[in-house]
Amino acid sequence: MTREFWKGNEAFAEAAVRAGLQAYFGYPITPQTEALEYMSHRMPELGRPFLQAESELGAINMVYGAACTGARVMTSTSGPGTSLMVEGLSYIAATEVPMVLVDVVRGGPGLGNIVPSQQDYNQMVHGGGHGDYHQIVLAPASVQETVDITYNMFDLAEKYLTIGVVMIDGSIGQMMEPAEMPPMLEIRKDIPDWAVRGGKGNNRRVKTSIYFAAEDMEKTNLRMMRRWQQIVKNEIRYKEYFMDGAKIAVVGYGSAGRIALSAVRTARSQGLPVGLIRPISLSPFPKQLISEIAEQVDSILVVEMNTGMMLDDVLCAVQGKTHVEFYGRSGGVIPFPGEILKEIERISKKPKKDGRHPRDLWLERMESISV
Amino acid sequence: MATVDIKNMEVVYERPKTLINKITTYCPGCTHGTAHRLVAEVIDEMGLSDTTIGVASVGCSAFSYDYFDCDFVAAPHGRAPAMATGIKRVKPDRIVFTYQGDGDMISIGTGEIVAAAARGENITVIFINNANYGMTGGQMAPTTLPDMKTTSSPHGRDVKKMGYPIRASELLSTLDGASYIVRRSLHDAKNIRKAKKAIRMAFETQVRGLGFSMVELLSTCPTNWHLTPTDASNWLEERMVPYYPIGDYKVHPVLNEIKI
Repeated sequence: MTREFWKGNEAFAEAAVRAGLQAYFGYPITPQTEALEYMSHRMPELGRPFLQAESELGAINMVYGAACTGARVMTSTSGPGTSLMVEGLSYIAATEVPMVLVDVVRGGPGLGNIVPSQQDYNQMVHGGGHGDYHQIVLAPASVQETVDITYNMFDLAEKYLTIGVVMIDGSIGQMMEPAEMPPMLEIRKDIPDWAVRGGKGNNRRVKTSIYFAAEDMEKTNLRMMRRWQQIVKNEIRYKEYFMDGAKIAVVGYGSAGRIALSAVRTARSQGLPVGLIRPISLSPFPKQLISEIAEQVDSILVVEMNTGMMLDDVLCAVQGKTHVEFYGRSGGVIPFPGEILKEIERISKKPKKDGRHPRDLWLERMESISV
Repeated sequence: MATVDIKNMEVVYERPKTLINKITTYCPGCTHGTAHRLVAEVIDEMGLSDTTIGVASVGCSAFSYDYFDCDFVAAPHGRAPAMATGIKRVKPDRIVFTYQGDGDMISIGTGEIVAAAARGENITVIFINNANYGMTGGQMAPTTLPDMKTTSSPHGRDVKKMGYPIRASELLSTLDGASYIVRRSLHDAKNIRKAKKAIRMAFETQVRGLGFSMVELLSTCPTNWHLTPTDASNWLEERMVPYYPIGDYKVHPVLNEIKI
């Protein structure tokens, strides 16, 4: 295989095609639209269904229908579209059918803008839709990683009968990078036993999210929670950089993590004992790792492209065992490595332990750009 | 006492095979049961129970999947046509039908039904119009008649404030993608027979790959209308039929040649 120049949005679309995607349903929304456009010629070319739905509501419910037949199926969207889709995601979760969603996150809330952001963290990681359910959320930081994660996400979703979300920000969707495409898999011929296909009597199958008796709904929720425990046990993913002997750990995912890596490299070249943890699985979150790191370092700096969403998960894992600071840019502003480097330098000089919430301290430092 | 020899008798009426032998959750006198039976009879007659996937909706018919002996999925409120689209696109050789009430299809699900019809999606929609939200206890629906009292229009539907009813068949028949759009009623035996023919024609439309088909069935809701089953049927005939005329709103020319 050779490395080719791929745009993020088209790259994950092709990766899904190669993973044996059987149907794509979507709706145009910036900064994700190139994926829909790519699918509009690529899928029919292979004789596979592609449909531009009337809305994200339509798209996710088309995905829901196709998922109930056991087909490998996906959609892709961005914040405002994700909000419309969470209704369907809750139903899909409760029906215990697999699907893949790629969320190319933009600035918000509201219509916001079309530039890169990580504002969908809470929505994707901590729910979104109503009810007791979890979904896998993986956050790649490059086009190659987006390709690899999307390619494998179908297996994960099917293994655990769950929703698999690939969450990238608009910059990964929009940028072009060299990437190697995985081999083309054949479309699966078998139908999973649970899938509807047309059948009566003993061969009749019903896929529903309705459990009218509270006891039955509880049983379902417990079944899903047990499955989630398996996911937590097996599917934690992250990358560590320069953590040997680090006294400051920067924690950032996706583009924020990648930008933080530039800052960490520079800081290391200046002799500062700093490393980076880049969580890839945001859900399940690498709690245990963060907890262990908290015992080894003097400070943790959380970097995000929002006002501190993963920060809460880090604080929960740290449980006061070390000093935590936060640096974020929000609304679609991307931090420069220099900004993060400044934070690392500041923390390395005098780690503050005044007990205040890292978000409060960060907001104070952000005063110059507040109105 | 004389015994009756049933061995040599011809069976002229029985439960359709596609209707599971189970007591339904529907109220006495409600025409959901009738509509279910007609759909099941058509599936039997066309030999489709092995190849059909139904899509239930939200409302009184949410549990319709418990009553049909064929594969079924349950859609979120209003989204049945989108779910049916997803199924039909990956399983084009299967027969896919939705069963939706008026609140589901032409209030919260207006976008999905209009889009599916406009695409000429090769699915069949059974649309139950009983002029109110039955499941939640009789609130105003898009189909509630002007001046009709419901639990959320206690002084009657004031069209100046609450708007006018939607005539779904007329609306959908304007779309090029729609191939078979008709309205029938379930208030008496003659109309029930006509309704069955229409349901058959709608499934024939799909089997022939002619595109979107919908049968609107004017239906009774004795409980929420506060009428006896007989009075409810009379009320339907006297009040609903004039506002929602029975008729063929769109019929694909190929269908005119089919004799049932």
